[in-house]
Amino acid sequence: MTALRRLAPLILGVIFLLGWEGTVRLLAIPAFVLPPPSAVVVALLADPQTLGLSLWFTLTVTLQAFALAVAGGVALAILFTRSPLLASALYPYAVILQVTPVMAIAPIVLVWVGYERVDLAQLILAWIVAFFPILGNTTLGLRSADAGLRDLFRLYGASKWQVLWRLELPSALPYLLAGMKISGGLALIGTVVAEFVAGSGTGQGLAWRIVDASNRLNTPRMFAALSLLSLLGIAIFALLSLIQRLALRRWHDSEAGRP
Amino acid sequence: MGQGAAPFLELQGVTKRYPNGTLALSDISLAVAEGEFVAIVGASGCGKSTILRHVAGLIAPSAGRIRWSAPPAAGGIGMVFQEPTLMPWARIQDNVRLPLDLAKVPRAEADARVSALLAQVGLADFAQAYPRELSGGMKMRASIARALVTRPRLLLMDEPFAALDEITRQKLNDDLLALWRDQRFTAMFVTHSVYEGVYLAGRAIVMAPRPGRIHADLALDLPYPRDEALRTDARYATACRQVSHALAEAMRAEGAAA
Repeated sequence: MTALRRLAPLILGVIFLLGWEGTVRLLAIPAFVLPPPSAVVVALLADPQTLGLSLWFTLTVTLQAFALAVAGGVALAILFTRSPLLASALYPYAVILQVTPVMAIAPIVLVWVGYERVDLAQLILAWIVAFFPILGNTTLGLRSADAGLRDLFRLYGASKWQVLWRLELPSALPYLLAGMKISGGLALIGTVVAEFVAGSGTGQGLAWRIVDASNRLNTPRMFAALSLLSLLGIAIFALLSLIQRLALRRWHDSEAGRP
Repeated sequence: MGQGAAPFLELQGVTKRYPNGTLALSDISLAVAEGEFVAIVGASGCGKSTILRHVAGLIAPSAGRIRWSAPPAAGGIGMVFQEPTLMPWARIQDNVRLPLDLAKVPRAEADARVSALLAQVGLADFAQAYPRELSGGMKMRASIARALVTRPRLLLMDEPFAALDEITRQKLNDDLLALWRDQRFTAMFVTHSVYEGVYLAGRAIVMAPRPGRIHADLALDLPYPRDEALRTDARYATACRQVSHALAEAMRAEGAAA
Protein backbone atom coordinates (compact mmCIF):
# COMPACT_ATOMS: atom_id res chain seq x y z
CA MET A 1 0.00 0.00 0.00
CA THR A 2 2.75 2.44 0.97
CA ALA A 3 4.77 1.31 -2.06
CA LEU A 4 1.77 1.98 -4.29
CA ARG A 5 1.28 5.39 -2.72
CA ARG A 6 4.90 6.28 -3.34
CA LEU A 7 4.74 5.09 -6.92
CA ALA A 8 1.36 6.66 -7.65
CA PRO A 9 2.68 10.05 -8.89
CA LEU A 10 5.22 8.28 -11.11
CA ILE A 11 2.61 5.98 -12.62
CA LEU A 12 0.29 8.91 -13.24
CA GLY A 13 3.14 10.80 -14.92
CA VAL A 14 3.92 7.92 -17.26
CA ILE A 15 0.23 7.53 -18.19
CA PHE A 16 0.01 11.27 -18.86
CA LEU A 17 3.11 11.30 -21.09
CA LEU A 18 1.92 8.23 -23.02
CA GLY A 19 -1.52 9.79 -23.47
CA TRP A 20 0.09 13.01 -24.65
CA GLU A 21 2.33 11.20 -27.12
CA GLY A 22 -0.56 9.09 -28.41
CA THR A 23 -2.98 12.00 -28.77
CA VAL A 24 -0.49 14.16 -30.68
CA ARG A 25 0.31 11.31 -33.09
CA LEU A 26 -3.30 10.22 -33.49
CA LEU A 27 -4.63 13.71 -34.25
CA ALA A 28 -1.49 14.63 -36.22
CA ILE A 29 -1.07 17.88 -34.27
CA PRO A 30 1.80 19.95 -35.75
CA ALA A 31 4.92 20.05 -33.56
CA PHE A 32 4.97 23.88 -33.44
CA VAL A 33 1.55 23.78 -31.73
CA LEU A 34 2.15 20.87 -29.37
CA PRO A 35 5.21 18.68 -29.75
CA PRO A 36 5.01 15.10 -28.46
CA PRO A 37 7.22 14.27 -25.45
CA SER A 38 9.54 12.30 -27.72
CA ALA A 39 10.20 15.46 -29.78
CA VAL A 40 10.98 17.38 -26.59
CA VAL A 41 13.54 14.72 -25.63
CA VAL A 42 15.03 14.93 -29.12
CA ALA A 43 15.27 18.73 -28.83
CA LEU A 44 16.90 18.34 -25.43
CA LEU A 45 19.49 15.92 -26.77
CA ALA A 46 20.05 17.87 -29.99
CA ASP A 47 21.81 20.73 -28.21
CA PRO A 48 22.76 19.60 -24.73
CA GLN A 49 25.65 22.04 -24.44
CA THR A 50 23.70 25.29 -24.91
CA LEU A 51 20.81 24.14 -22.76
CA GLY A 52 23.19 22.77 -20.15
CA LEU A 53 25.04 26.08 -19.94
CA SER A 54 21.75 27.94 -19.68
CA LEU A 55 20.66 25.60 -16.90
CA TRP A 56 23.94 26.22 -15.08
CA PHE A 57 23.56 29.99 -15.54
CA THR A 58 19.97 30.04 -14.23
CA LEU A 59 20.99 27.80 -11.35
CA THR A 60 23.88 30.00 -10.21
CA VAL A 61 21.91 33.25 -10.41
CA THR A 62 19.00 31.67 -8.51
CA LEU A 63 21.25 30.27 -5.78
CA GLN A 64 23.15 33.55 -5.40
CA ALA A 65 19.92 35.51 -5.04
CA PHE A 66 18.56 32.89 -2.64
CA ALA A 67 21.68 32.97 -0.47
CA LEU A 68 21.59 36.78 -0.35
CA ALA A 69 17.86 36.68 0.49
CA VAL A 70 18.46 34.28 3.39
CA ALA A 71 21.39 36.30 4.74
CA GLY A 72 19.59 39.64 4.34
CA GLY A 73 16.25 38.34 5.63
CA VAL A 74 17.74 36.78 8.76
CA ALA A 75 19.93 39.83 9.46
CA LEU A 76 17.01 42.23 9.07
CA ALA A 77 14.73 40.01 11.17
CA ILE A 78 17.32 40.11 13.97
CA LEU A 79 17.47 43.91 13.68
CA PHE A 80 13.66 44.12 13.64
CA THR A 81 13.36 42.13 16.85
CA ARG A 82 16.07 44.23 18.55
CA SER A 83 14.56 47.58 17.59
CA PRO A 84 10.77 47.96 17.45
CA LEU A 85 11.30 51.51 16.11
CA LEU A 86 13.33 50.28 13.16
CA ALA A 87 10.79 47.50 12.60
CA SER A 88 7.80 49.85 12.44
CA ALA A 89 9.74 52.27 10.23
CA LEU A 90 10.91 49.70 7.69
CA TYR A 91 8.20 47.07 7.73
CA PRO A 92 5.67 48.91 5.53
CA TYR A 93 8.31 49.34 2.82
CA ALA A 94 9.22 45.69 2.99
CA VAL A 95 5.52 44.93 2.46
CA ILE A 96 5.30 47.35 -0.49
CA LEU A 97 8.29 45.64 -2.07
CA GLN A 98 6.58 42.31 -1.55
CA VAL A 99 3.08 43.10 -2.81
CA THR A 100 4.19 45.01 -5.92
CA PRO A 101 4.19 42.40 -8.73
CA VAL A 102 7.76 41.57 -9.67
CA MET A 103 6.78 41.66 -13.36
CA ALA A 104 6.00 45.34 -12.94
CA ILE A 105 9.28 46.19 -11.23
CA ALA A 106 11.38 44.26 -13.71
CA PRO A 107 11.44 46.85 -16.55
CA ILE A 108 12.47 49.59 -14.12
CA VAL A 109 15.29 47.51 -12.67
CA LEU A 110 16.43 46.67 -16.20
CA VAL A 111 16.56 50.35 -17.13
CA TRP A 112 18.66 51.05 -14.06
CA VAL A 113 21.19 48.26 -14.42
CA GLY A 114 21.24 48.43 -18.23
CA TYR A 115 20.27 45.79 -20.76
CA GLU A 116 23.85 44.63 -20.99
CA ARG A 117 23.64 43.49 -17.35
CA VAL A 118 20.58 41.24 -17.40
CA ASP A 119 22.29 38.93 -14.91
CA LEU A 120 22.44 41.73 -12.36
CA ALA A 121 18.77 42.55 -12.91
CA GLN A 122 17.99 38.86 -12.40
CA LEU A 123 19.91 38.84 -9.15
CA ILE A 124 18.11 41.95 -7.86
CA LEU A 125 14.62 40.81 -8.86
CA ALA A 126 15.11 37.28 -7.55
CA TRP A 127 16.38 38.73 -4.29
CA ILE A 128 13.36 41.03 -3.97
CA VAL A 129 10.83 38.21 -4.26
CA ALA A 130 12.83 35.68 -2.23
CA PHE A 131 13.65 38.03 0.61
CA PHE A 132 10.25 38.64 2.17
CA PRO A 133 9.29 35.09 3.25
CA ILE A 134 12.66 34.84 5.00
CA LEU A 135 12.19 38.17 6.77
CA GLY A 136 8.58 37.49 7.77
CA ASN A 137 9.11 33.91 8.92
CA THR A 138 12.32 34.59 10.81
CA THR A 139 10.82 37.60 12.59
CA LEU A 140 7.87 35.45 13.66
CA GLY A 141 10.22 32.67 14.73
CA LEU A 142 12.49 34.92 16.80
CA ARG A 143 9.43 36.28 18.59
CA SER A 144 7.95 32.86 19.27
CA ALA A 145 10.67 31.75 21.68
CA ASP A 146 9.05 30.16 24.74
CA ALA A 147 8.25 32.67 27.50
CA GLY A 148 9.29 30.24 30.24
CA LEU A 149 12.68 29.77 28.60
CA ARG A 150 13.04 33.55 28.32
CA ASP A 151 12.46 33.75 32.11
CA LEU A 152 15.03 31.02 32.64
CA PHE A 153 17.65 32.88 30.60
CA ARG A 154 16.92 36.04 32.57
CA LEU A 155 17.19 34.17 35.88
CA TYR A 156 20.74 33.13 34.94
CA GLY A 157 21.65 36.62 33.77
CA ALA A 158 22.12 35.61 30.13
CA SER A 159 23.48 38.32 27.82
CA LYS A 160 21.44 39.51 24.83
CA TRP A 161 23.87 37.68 22.59
CA GLN A 162 23.36 34.44 24.55
CA VAL A 163 19.58 34.83 24.33
CA LEU A 164 19.80 35.39 20.58
CA TRP A 165 22.22 32.58 19.88
CA ARG A 166 21.02 29.93 22.30
CA LEU A 167 17.29 30.66 22.48
CA GLU A 168 15.87 32.87 19.74
CA LEU A 169 17.71 31.55 16.70
CA PRO A 170 17.05 27.86 17.50
CA SER A 171 13.39 28.75 18.15
CA ALA A 172 13.26 30.50 14.76
CA LEU A 173 14.85 27.62 12.84
CA PRO A 174 11.63 25.75 11.92
CA TYR A 175 10.10 29.04 10.72
CA LEU A 176 13.23 29.98 8.78
CA LEU A 177 13.34 26.59 7.06
CA ALA A 178 9.67 26.87 6.07
CA GLY A 179 10.38 30.34 4.68
CA MET A 180 13.38 29.01 2.74
CA LYS A 181 11.20 26.44 1.00
CA ILE A 182 8.95 29.23 -0.27
CA SER A 183 11.85 31.55 -1.11
CA GLY A 184 13.73 28.94 -3.13
CA GLY A 185 10.88 28.69 -5.63
CA LEU A 186 10.35 32.45 -5.67
CA ALA A 187 14.03 33.10 -6.40
CA LEU A 188 13.72 30.94 -9.52
CA ILE A 189 10.62 32.90 -10.59
CA GLY A 190 12.47 36.20 -10.12
CA THR A 191 15.41 34.96 -12.19
CA VAL A 192 13.09 33.88 -15.02
CA VAL A 193 10.98 37.03 -14.97
CA ALA A 194 13.98 39.32 -15.41
CA GLU A 195 15.11 37.46 -18.49
CA PHE A 196 11.64 37.40 -20.01
CA VAL A 197 11.24 41.11 -19.55
CA ALA A 198 14.69 41.81 -20.98
CA GLY A 199 13.54 39.90 -24.07
CA SER A 200 16.94 40.13 -25.69
CA GLY A 201 20.30 41.54 -24.74
CA THR A 202 22.72 39.48 -22.73
CA GLY A 203 20.37 36.90 -21.29
CA GLN A 204 21.90 33.45 -21.17
CA GLY A 205 19.57 31.52 -18.90
CA LEU A 206 16.82 29.03 -19.62
CA ALA A 207 14.18 31.76 -19.81
CA TRP A 208 16.08 33.36 -22.66
CA ARG A 209 16.22 29.98 -24.42
CA ILE A 210 12.42 29.84 -24.21
CA VAL A 211 12.05 33.38 -25.61
CA ASP A 212 14.61 32.65 -28.32
CA ALA A 213 12.97 29.36 -29.32
CA SER A 214 9.58 31.04 -29.31
CA ASN A 215 10.82 33.69 -31.74
CA ARG A 216 11.91 30.88 -34.07
CA LEU A 217 8.67 28.94 -33.50
CA ASN A 218 10.82 26.04 -32.29
CA THR A 219 8.20 24.74 -29.87
CA PRO A 220 9.97 21.45 -28.97
CA ARG A 221 12.98 23.48 -27.81
CA MET A 222 10.68 25.73 -25.77
CA PHE A 223 9.35 22.63 -24.03
CA ALA A 224 12.88 21.31 -23.54
CA ALA A 225 13.98 24.49 -21.77
CA LEU A 226 10.73 24.58 -19.81
CA SER A 227 11.20 21.02 -18.59
CA LEU A 228 14.72 21.89 -17.41
CA LEU A 229 13.30 24.88 -15.51
CA SER A 230 10.73 22.61 -13.87
CA LEU A 231 13.42 20.11 -12.95
CA LEU A 232 15.49 22.91 -11.43
CA GLY A 233 12.52 24.09 -9.36
CA ILE A 234 11.83 20.54 -8.20
CA ALA A 235 15.50 20.03 -7.28
CA ILE A 236 15.58 23.23 -5.23
CA PHE A 237 12.39 22.27 -3.40
CA ALA A 238 13.59 18.71 -2.77
CA LEU A 239 16.95 19.89 -1.45
CA LEU A 240 15.37 22.38 0.93
CA SER A 241 12.86 19.75 2.11
CA LEU A 242 15.75 17.43 2.84
CA ILE A 243 17.60 20.12 4.80
CA GLN A 244 14.42 20.86 6.76
CA ARG A 245 13.98 17.19 7.52
CA LEU A 246 17.56 16.63 8.66
CA ALA A 247 17.60 19.74 10.82
CA LEU A 248 14.29 19.11 12.59
CA ARG A 249 13.63 15.39 12.67
CA ARG A 250 15.04 14.79 16.15
CA TRP A 251 13.19 17.51 17.99
CA HIS A 252 10.44 19.33 16.10
CA ASP A 253 6.91 17.97 15.91
CA SER A 254 6.58 18.92 12.24
CA GLU A 255 9.25 16.41 11.20
CA ALA A 256 9.73 14.05 14.16
CA GLY A 257 7.99 10.71 13.98
CA ARG A 258 7.32 10.91 10.23
CA PRO A 259 8.01 7.73 8.30
CA MET B 1 14.82 31.59 63.01
CA GLY B 2 14.83 34.69 65.13
CA GLN B 3 17.63 34.95 67.71
CA GLY B 4 18.66 38.26 66.14
CA ALA B 5 20.35 36.75 63.06
CA ALA B 6 19.04 38.13 59.74
CA PRO B 7 16.85 35.56 57.97
CA PHE B 8 18.16 34.00 54.76
CA LEU B 9 15.45 35.79 52.82
CA GLU B 10 12.81 38.26 53.87
CA LEU B 11 9.94 39.82 51.96
CA GLN B 12 8.95 43.08 53.60
CA GLY B 13 5.54 44.45 52.69
CA VAL B 14 5.85 43.31 49.07
CA THR B 15 2.96 44.66 47.02
CA LYS B 16 2.47 44.20 43.30
CA ARG B 17 0.02 46.28 41.28
CA TYR B 18 -0.04 45.74 37.54
CA PRO B 19 -0.38 48.71 35.15
CA ASN B 20 -4.02 47.71 34.48
CA GLY B 21 -4.77 48.29 38.17
CA THR B 22 -4.96 44.65 39.26
CA LEU B 23 -3.57 44.20 42.75
CA ALA B 24 -1.76 40.85 42.53
CA LEU B 25 -0.02 40.91 45.90
CA SER B 26 -0.92 42.93 48.94
CA ASP B 27 1.61 43.58 51.72
CA ILE B 28 3.40 40.22 51.75
CA SER B 29 5.79 39.88 54.68
CA LEU B 30 7.56 36.60 55.00
CA ALA B 31 10.91 35.49 56.42
CA VAL B 32 12.53 32.27 55.29
CA ALA B 33 15.38 30.66 57.24
CA GLU B 34 18.38 29.04 55.59
CA GLY B 35 17.70 25.38 54.75
CA GLU B 36 13.97 25.66 55.36
CA PHE B 37 11.40 23.90 53.12
CA VAL B 38 8.44 26.24 52.77
CA ALA B 39 5.23 25.33 50.96
CA ILE B 40 3.06 28.14 49.61
CA VAL B 41 -0.47 26.80 49.35
CA GLY B 42 -3.47 28.45 47.77
CA ALA B 43 -6.06 28.40 45.01
CA SER B 44 -5.34 29.54 41.47
CA GLY B 45 -4.92 33.27 41.08
CA CYS B 46 -3.92 34.07 44.65
CA GLY B 47 -0.43 35.25 43.71
CA LYS B 48 1.60 32.18 44.72
CA SER B 49 3.62 32.21 41.51
CA THR B 50 3.96 35.99 41.68
CA ILE B 51 5.76 35.65 45.02
CA LEU B 52 8.26 33.25 43.46
CA ARG B 53 8.79 35.54 40.48
CA HIS B 54 9.59 38.40 42.87
CA VAL B 55 12.05 36.27 44.81
CA ALA B 56 13.66 35.13 41.52
CA GLY B 57 14.06 38.77 40.52
CA LEU B 58 11.99 38.27 37.37
CA ILE B 59 9.62 41.06 38.42
CA ALA B 60 10.05 43.98 40.77
CA PRO B 61 7.58 44.85 43.55
CA SER B 62 5.46 48.02 43.26
CA ALA B 63 6.08 48.60 46.96
CA GLY B 64 8.04 46.86 49.69
CA ARG B 65 11.33 45.06 49.27
CA ILE B 66 13.12 41.75 49.41
CA ARG B 67 16.14 41.44 51.70
CA TRP B 68 18.76 38.73 51.65
CA SER B 69 21.26 37.77 54.37
CA ALA B 70 23.70 37.63 51.43
CA PRO B 71 22.52 38.63 47.95
CA PRO B 72 22.43 35.57 45.67
CA ALA B 73 25.22 35.30 43.11
CA ALA B 74 24.48 34.33 39.50
CA GLY B 75 23.16 30.78 39.62
CA GLY B 76 22.42 31.16 43.32
CA ILE B 77 18.73 30.65 42.64
CA GLY B 78 17.35 27.63 40.80
CA MET B 79 13.82 27.59 39.46
CA VAL B 80 11.46 24.87 38.32
CA PHE B 81 8.41 26.01 36.40
CA GLN B 82 4.98 24.45 35.95
CA GLU B 83 6.11 23.21 32.55
CA PRO B 84 9.45 21.40 32.19
CA THR B 85 10.57 24.37 30.04
CA LEU B 86 13.30 22.44 28.26
CA MET B 87 14.82 23.53 24.96
CA PRO B 88 13.31 21.03 22.49
CA TRP B 89 16.27 21.28 20.11
CA ALA B 90 18.84 20.34 22.77
CA ARG B 91 19.65 16.93 24.25
CA ILE B 92 18.88 16.39 27.94
CA GLN B 93 22.54 16.79 28.95
CA ASP B 94 22.76 20.08 27.02
CA ASN B 95 19.54 21.32 28.61
CA VAL B 96 20.84 20.53 32.09
CA ARG B 97 24.21 22.15 31.29
CA LEU B 98 22.57 25.40 30.10
CA PRO B 99 22.98 27.39 33.37
CA LEU B 100 26.68 26.44 33.46
CA ASP B 101 27.12 27.33 29.78
CA LEU B 102 25.52 30.72 30.36
CA ALA B 103 27.95 31.28 33.24
CA LYS B 104 30.82 30.14 30.96
CA VAL B 105 31.86 27.31 33.28
CA PRO B 106 34.64 25.28 31.60
CA ARG B 107 33.15 22.43 29.57
CA ALA B 108 34.92 19.55 31.33
CA GLU B 109 33.85 20.71 34.79
CA ALA B 110 30.31 21.40 33.56
CA ASP B 111 30.00 17.97 31.95
CA ALA B 112 31.16 16.26 35.15
CA ARG B 113 28.54 18.09 37.19
CA VAL B 114 25.82 17.36 34.65
CA SER B 115 26.46 13.64 34.57
CA ALA B 116 26.64 13.42 38.36
CA LEU B 117 23.31 15.21 38.67
CA LEU B 118 21.64 13.22 35.89
CA ALA B 119 22.63 10.05 37.73
CA GLN B 120 21.17 11.46 40.93
CA VAL B 121 17.77 12.18 39.34
CA GLY B 122 17.78 8.83 37.53
CA LEU B 123 18.29 10.13 34.00
CA ALA B 124 21.83 8.86 33.35
CA ASP B 125 20.60 6.68 30.49
CA PHE B 126 18.76 9.57 28.85
CA ALA B 127 21.57 12.13 28.67
CA GLN B 128 21.60 11.89 24.87
CA ALA B 129 17.82 11.92 24.43
CA TYR B 130 15.78 14.86 23.25
CA PRO B 131 13.00 16.19 25.52
CA ARG B 132 10.21 14.97 23.22
CA GLU B 133 11.45 11.41 23.70
CA LEU B 134 10.89 11.58 27.48
CA SER B 135 7.76 11.13 29.60
CA GLY B 136 6.31 14.06 31.55
CA GLY B 137 7.87 12.86 34.81
CA MET B 138 11.29 12.42 33.23
CA LYS B 139 11.15 15.88 31.68
CA MET B 140 10.40 17.29 35.13
CA ARG B 141 13.40 15.39 36.54
CA ALA B 142 15.57 16.99 33.87
CA SER B 143 14.13 20.38 34.79
CA ILE B 144 14.98 19.80 38.47
CA ALA B 145 18.49 18.66 37.53
CA ARG B 146 18.97 21.84 35.52
CA ALA B 147 17.77 23.96 38.47
CA LEU B 148 20.25 22.25 40.80
CA VAL B 149 23.25 22.15 38.48
CA THR B 150 24.57 25.51 39.71
CA ARG B 151 24.33 24.23 43.32
CA PRO B 152 21.88 27.01 44.22
CA ARG B 153 21.28 28.08 47.81
CA LEU B 154 17.58 28.57 47.01
CA LEU B 155 15.32 26.40 44.87
CA LEU B 156 12.02 27.91 43.72
CA MET B 157 9.36 25.50 42.47
CA ASP B 158 6.15 26.67 40.88
CA GLU B 159 3.62 23.79 40.96
CA PRO B 160 6.21 21.58 39.27
CA PHE B 161 4.26 18.33 39.55
CA ALA B 162 0.73 19.60 38.94
CA ALA B 163 0.51 18.05 35.48
CA LEU B 164 1.78 14.60 36.52
CA ASP B 165 -0.15 11.49 37.51
CA GLU B 166 -0.43 10.68 41.23
CA ILE B 167 2.12 7.85 41.27
CA THR B 168 4.79 9.80 39.40
CA ARG B 169 4.08 12.78 41.56
CA GLN B 170 4.61 10.90 44.83
CA LYS B 171 7.83 9.39 43.53
CA LEU B 172 9.09 12.83 42.55
CA ASN B 173 8.11 14.22 45.96
CA ASP B 174 10.27 11.58 47.64
CA ASP B 175 13.16 12.19 45.25
CA LEU B 176 12.90 15.93 45.82
CA LEU B 177 13.10 15.45 49.59
CA ALA B 178 16.18 13.26 49.12
CA LEU B 179 17.83 15.95 46.99
CA TRP B 180 16.95 18.59 49.57
CA ARG B 181 18.50 16.52 52.36
CA ASP B 182 21.55 15.85 50.27
CA GLN B 183 22.22 19.33 48.89
CA ARG B 184 20.84 21.42 51.77
CA PHE B 185 19.32 24.18 49.70
CA THR B 186 16.46 26.35 50.92
CA ALA B 187 13.21 25.45 49.15
CA MET B 188 10.08 27.44 48.33
CA PHE B 189 7.45 25.18 46.81
CA VAL B 190 4.20 26.53 45.38
CA THR B 191 1.31 24.09 45.18
CA HIS B 192 -2.47 24.02 45.19
CA SER B 193 -2.39 20.59 46.83
CA VAL B 194 -2.59 20.67 50.62
CA TYR B 195 -1.46 17.02 50.78
CA GLU B 196 1.62 17.65 48.68
CA GLY B 197 2.54 20.80 50.61
CA VAL B 198 2.23 19.08 54.00
CA TYR B 199 4.15 16.00 52.81
CA LEU B 200 7.11 18.09 51.69
CA ALA B 201 7.39 21.17 53.82
CA GLY B 202 8.28 22.12 57.36
CA ARG B 203 6.04 25.13 57.09
CA ALA B 204 2.94 26.05 55.09
CA ILE B 205 2.10 29.57 53.99
CA VAL B 206 -1.62 29.68 53.18
CA MET B 207 -2.60 32.36 50.68
CA ALA B 208 -5.91 34.18 50.26
CA PRO B 209 -6.94 35.43 46.82
CA ARG B 210 -7.83 38.81 45.29
CA PRO B 211 -5.67 40.51 46.32
CA GLY B 212 -3.05 37.83 47.01
CA ARG B 213 -2.07 37.93 50.66
CA ILE B 214 -0.87 35.64 53.43
CA HIS B 215 -3.75 34.23 55.41
CA ALA B 216 -1.88 31.84 57.70
CA ASP B 217 1.68 30.74 58.42
CA LEU B 218 1.63 27.24 59.91
CA ALA B 219 4.53 25.19 61.27
CA LEU B 220 4.29 21.52 60.26
CA ASP B 221 5.94 19.54 63.04
CA LEU B 222 6.35 16.30 61.17
CA PRO B 223 9.73 14.60 61.41
CA TYR B 224 12.16 14.25 58.53
CA PRO B 225 13.15 12.08 56.75
CA ARG B 226 9.68 11.43 55.42
CA ASP B 227 8.47 8.53 53.35
CA GLU B 228 5.29 6.74 52.30
CA ALA B 229 4.62 5.74 55.92
CA LEU B 230 3.90 9.37 56.70
CA ARG B 231 0.83 9.34 54.46
CA THR B 232 -0.97 7.03 56.87
CA ASP B 233 0.40 8.73 60.00
CA ALA B 234 -2.22 10.37 62.22
CA ARG B 235 -0.05 13.48 62.61
CA TYR B 236 0.01 13.87 58.81
CA ALA B 237 -3.79 13.70 58.73
CA THR B 238 -4.02 16.29 61.49
CA ALA B 239 -1.63 18.67 59.73
CA CYS B 240 -3.51 18.28 56.43
CA ARG B 241 -6.79 19.03 58.21
CA GLN B 242 -5.26 22.12 59.82
CA VAL B 243 -3.96 23.48 56.50
CA SER B 244 -7.19 22.60 54.66
CA HIS B 245 -9.15 24.43 57.33
CA ALA B 246 -6.96 27.53 56.95
CA LEU B 247 -7.34 27.34 53.16
CA ALA B 248 -11.13 27.16 53.43
CA GLU B 249 -11.06 30.17 55.75
CA ALA B 250 -8.84 32.03 53.29
CA MET B 251 -11.33 31.41 50.47
CA ARG B 252 -14.19 32.69 52.64
CA ALA B 253 -12.14 35.76 53.54
CA GLU B 254 -12.11 36.69 49.84
CA GLY B 255 -15.59 38.21 50.01
CA ALA B 256 -14.74 40.16 53.18
CA ALA B 257 -11.57 41.66 51.68
CA ALA B 258 -13.21 42.59 48.37
